Amino acid sequence: MLLASLFKKPDKVLLYWKETSRQMLEIGIGSLTLVSIISCFIGAVTTVQTAYQLVSPLIPKSTIGMVVRDSSILELAPTITCIVLAGKIGSNIASELGTMRISEQIDALEIMGVNTASYLIGPKIIASMLMIPLLVIIATFLSIYGGMVAGDLSGVVPAETYRMGLQEDFIPFTVILCLVKAVTFAFIITSVSAYHGFNVNGGALEVGKASTRSVVYCCILILFADYILAELLL
Amino acid sequence: MIVIQDIHKSFGDKLVLNGISAQFEAGKTSLIIGTSGSGKTVLMKSMIGLFEIDQGAVLYDGVNFSEMNFYERKNIRTKVGMLFQGSALFDSLTVEENIRFPLDMFTDMTNKEKKDRVDFCLDRVNMKGINKLFPSEISGGMQKRVGIARAIVQNPQYLFCDEPNSGLDPQTSILIDTLIKEITTEYNITTIINTHDMNSVMEIGDYILYLHQGHKHWEGSNVDIIKSDNRELNDFIFASSFLKEIKKAAQKKS
Repeated sequence: MLLASLFKKPDKVLLYWKETSRQMLEIGIGSLTLVSIISCFIGAVTTVQTAYQLVSPLIPKSTIGMVVRDSSILELAPTITCIVLAGKIGSNIASELGTMRISEQIDALEIMGVNTASYLIGPKIIASMLMIPLLVIIATFLSIYGGMVAGDLSGVVPAETYRMGLQEDFIPFTVILCLVKAVTFAFIITSVSAYHGFNVNGGALEVGKASTRSVVYCCILILFADYILAELLL
Repeated sequence: MIVIQDIHKSFGDKLVLNGISAQFEAGKTSLIIGTSGSGKTVLMKSMIGLFEIDQGAVLYDGVNFSEMNFYERKNIRTKVGMLFQGSALFDSLTVEENIRFPLDMFTDMTNKEKKDRVDFCLDRVNMKGINKLFPSEISGGMQKRVGIARAIVQNPQYLFCDEPNSGLDPQTSILIDTLIKEITTEYNITTIINTHDMNSVMEIGDYILYLHQGHKHWEGSNVDIIKSDNRELNDFIFASSFLKEIKKAAQKKS
């Protein structure tokens, strides 16, 4: 029902667009630093650990680049990034809407005649579905780059060999799967956390509980959707 | 004018409003009073449509609000202003943006017209010059006044105030009461106030509806209260011995 009310005609498109832009900035720019740091380290760790496991002299070192590339595109960048974003954006949305609910700000909007679900949740969903895929693309590049730098610095794989590996057996479809995952996870993060925040009853304690609950549900649903998408698309 | 007829509302098995009927006239300040849990807030929220009533009708100038759908209610709601107990100002917006919000959302006014209207409303509540401040930067009393400015920005025909004096010092409470009374008379608004504040009852209560355990227990004006011998009402209004003495003195005088 909550999702259905999102699709009612907005009163002032300009106002909705302004709110969407604000959310895009908050979700996109606001999460960039965190996503960048995490992706660089994920790539670095994947490189070092892959090198540690490739003990056979028959396997070329360039394989490390290939493994990091595919792991980053298919799993690490979309899934880990979105799980982290579920913690950051999801809890933020749930607590923001929850606080608005208990402080009667949502009631105030309803009394004015504003379609509150559409105005408060719609822009957040649109903004996240536009910005999270962008963040995932950045995370993918940084993860691969972080892996290259870590491999080169630690001496496990030279940058040139790593780059050669990146170009081996590349399947462009993996990028599409990565983006499909990112869009799906973005929808899960915002809709689940908005639902929990929007329906808070009580006081500050309930807002905190709703925030925690939204992160837990988002993480579980992201992993579940990850499995379903992998089954369906690979 | 707002008329409510035989309003029933329950939450699960608990009957909160049991057949309340009343008439709130334009240009008068009507007060809903009662002990905590008597159903005041539920009644007010039912009248605005935040709660759906189980039985009865809410008529805004003869139009049955309770039978309307979302879009039909929207027409009525643009004529409604509400002041919330905690002001309910939007934290992320400045005072000016808060007051301007209904104009941005529902009117085609130019920026200049909106600015003028916001300034007029702020001036009306004696809060000139705080346009750029955020709600967290002003006091509770000022937030209430900004809440009133936002409530009247669209020239409402109906004004609802949920405990406008809660958490305020007596002097600010009187200021808020006076302001609401003036606005009501000046713009001929149907004003309904939900309050615990006995000073408000005596000062601005043109019509008072006393709720007791979900029933309408008494109705009348602030003058009638002094004469009333309704036991529950007297226990509620004149709870302290100081107020009891005042009532005795007033009765002797009359």
